Amino acid sequence: MNKFSKSTLWFLGSAVAVYLVIQILVSTEILSQFWNTIIRLGAVMAIVSIGLNLIYGFNGQFSLGQWGFYAIGAYAAADVTYRWSVNNSADGVVVLALATTLSGVAILWLHKRLSKVRGLDPLSAFTLYLTSTILLSVLAVRVGVAITPAVTSVLSMLPAAISMQIVFILAVIFSAILAAEISYLFGLPILSLGSDYFGIATLGFTIIVKILLDNSDTLLGFVEMKGARGMVGIPKVTSLFWVFIFLVMVVTFIRNLLRSSYGRAIISVREDEIAAKAMGIDIAEYKIVAFVIGSFLAGLAGALYAHINGFLHPDTFNFIKSFDPMIIVVFGGLGSITGTIFAAFAWALILEGVLRLFLPQGFETWRFVVYPLLLIITMLLRPAGIFGNYEIPFLRQVLPKIRQPKPVEAEKAVEVKS
Amino acid sequence: MTSTTQPTASGSLLQVESLSKNFGGLRAVNNFNLELHPGDLAGLIGPNGAGKTTVFNLITGVYLPTSGKISFKGQDISGLPPHVINQMGIARTFQNIRLFPSLTVLENVCIAYHSHAGYSMQDAILRNSKFEAKEKELLEKAQDFLSIFRLEDRQGEIARNLPYGEQRRLEIARALAADPTLLFLDEPAAGMNPAESMALMDLIHFIRDRFKLTILLIEHQMRVVMGVCEKITVMDFGEVIAYGAPQEIQSNPRVVEAYLGRGAAELAEKLQRSKAQ
Repeated sequence: MNKFSKSTLWFLGSAVAVYLVIQILVSTEILSQFWNTIIRLGAVMAIVSIGLNLIYGFNGQFSLGQWGFYAIGAYAAADVTYRWSVNNSADGVVVLALATTLSGVAILWLHKRLSKVRGLDPLSAFTLYLTSTILLSVLAVRVGVAITPAVTSVLSMLPAAISMQIVFILAVIFSAILAAEISYLFGLPILSLGSDYFGIATLGFTIIVKILLDNSDTLLGFVEMKGARGMVGIPKVTSLFWVFIFLVMVVTFIRNLLRSSYGRAIISVREDEIAAKAMGIDIAEYKIVAFVIGSFLAGLAGALYAHINGFLHPDTFNFIKSFDPMIIVVFGGLGSITGTIFAAFAWALILEGVLRLFLPQGFETWRFVVYPLLLIITMLLRPAGIFGNYEIPFLRQVLPKIRQPKPVEAEKAVEVKS
Repeated sequence: MTSTTQPTASGSLLQVESLSKNFGGLRAVNNFNLELHPGDLAGLIGPNGAGKTTVFNLITGVYLPTSGKISFKGQDISGLPPHVINQMGIARTFQNIRLFPSLTVLENVCIAYHSHAGYSMQDAILRNSKFEAKEKELLEKAQDFLSIFRLEDRQGEIARNLPYGEQRRLEIARALAADPTLLFLDEPAAGMNPAESMALMDLIHFIRDRFKLTILLIEHQMRVVMGVCEKITVMDFGEVIAYGAPQEIQSNPRVVEAYLGRGAAELAEKLQRSKAQ
């Protein structure tokens, strides 16, 4: 079967080629560790910004909450791998996996049931979801603690490097699911607000997450997160390889989603909500779908980010930083995945990389002057972003050839023309 | 309210009974009644602000009725969300064209066909053979709609770049792609010149026969209404003031009064009386 089109082969081929070149340059130490970090940071920013582009660029919901979900993903995954590498206990991964799976099943089940109820008020639905997920999480903790010793001993039988990788990948996936579930619960009541109010509410979310992380050791009870002092001792296991694998998977996933009827439904909400409703599109449903998938990607990127430097600090998740993905998305072009990836790497390589090397110390403080200025200049010169809505062939919608209408139809069409 | 499963009068597709809508202190629609049978081509006319579009919005679920009952194919649809009503078979166009402006012509039609896509989101993300087959079918179906409306050469164009008349045609094509049994057209001839409205009248007859539709249209151009509709409902100040065939409506003094004022109505009556003598 001719499963892979030319554009797919081009995309995968060049992704592998780019990866190999960078990997060889890093292995031979032509590229320093600093640049290695910058490149991985770029890929992580690309993933989080693709998520935001789905929410803002394609679905039209102005969200500043992306950074909050990024923080949730980072801290959740870091805690899991920390518990494994420092405490030699699989309790983190077991509890997180159990809690997210149970809550996920409950949310999907409730969603299926509740969507049939006529005129259900979003707040009462929210209460139902919240109580069921909290109850199931408590259950997950109880069960998880009980089965932890068994899982720990099984994982310990494997070589240390392999078990670390397994725990890491599980941590990344389940942290992303955790972020997605929290975004579902959060999005349910506030997505019914108009776009501007939604933006304010999501900004509030990012601030709440930051404050909770500042007090993570006291309020949340995670002593190892060390609150505002910053979490140290996270294993540095995010390799170039993983970052590229995840980026390619995310790009393919988002392409498959957007270039389908579901993607068109998501985009129709941005275009005209009233017309979309009149065309049979359940706009509430597609707003939440886009928001949850976008937050999933934020959680995924956060989890990868946590294992780059091995150090997390709540200040990284400050709400001012929450504008970084927004700047990347707007700069690259709303509704262009190509533009987002390009802008994310440009952001990392130029703003975080080159400028830091060449400009004098203390420049960092000027970044928040430079970014907004760049944004203003982009808005003035190219309001559609650098790439507008350009996409590389892999990401484009393939239109079938125009077929000649059937003879009968053609005849009637002519008749209409008269 | 009585039970919702009660069957409506024999053979009617849409039945609206004593429908009312208040906006604060304003009664926009008052005790509105309407019955449509399969295959009807009906018109809804009235002076500006009579509540015609509000009736459309009430039936299609954009507004919640203050009171009254709307049943479609024997089912009570009042209070259902718009997308569910659309999926049940009521499609509409808008007074001020509402396309998806920055999407291509083909995508506009594809979106309306979404509820018939036939594959799940998992199929789409995995790009399995079911997705490939159904998506191809969907795109071809959408192209068929475009060629019926002579828009096939425009499939890749951005909708907002189309000329006005083609935007109107695309909006009708998009409404039909949702596979409705009942189609509401809100001022389809607005902004059209006489030649264009003539073509539109042909088009309306054609789609009614081709897709076995029931059509209700709001229109201001009397030429179009009188030329196309078989039954006309006239509204004024939110109430039905007349109902009947085009000829009956034209000579109805209440209608003339609503449009032209009392003096004109008296004049028309006098004229008619003198004609009869």
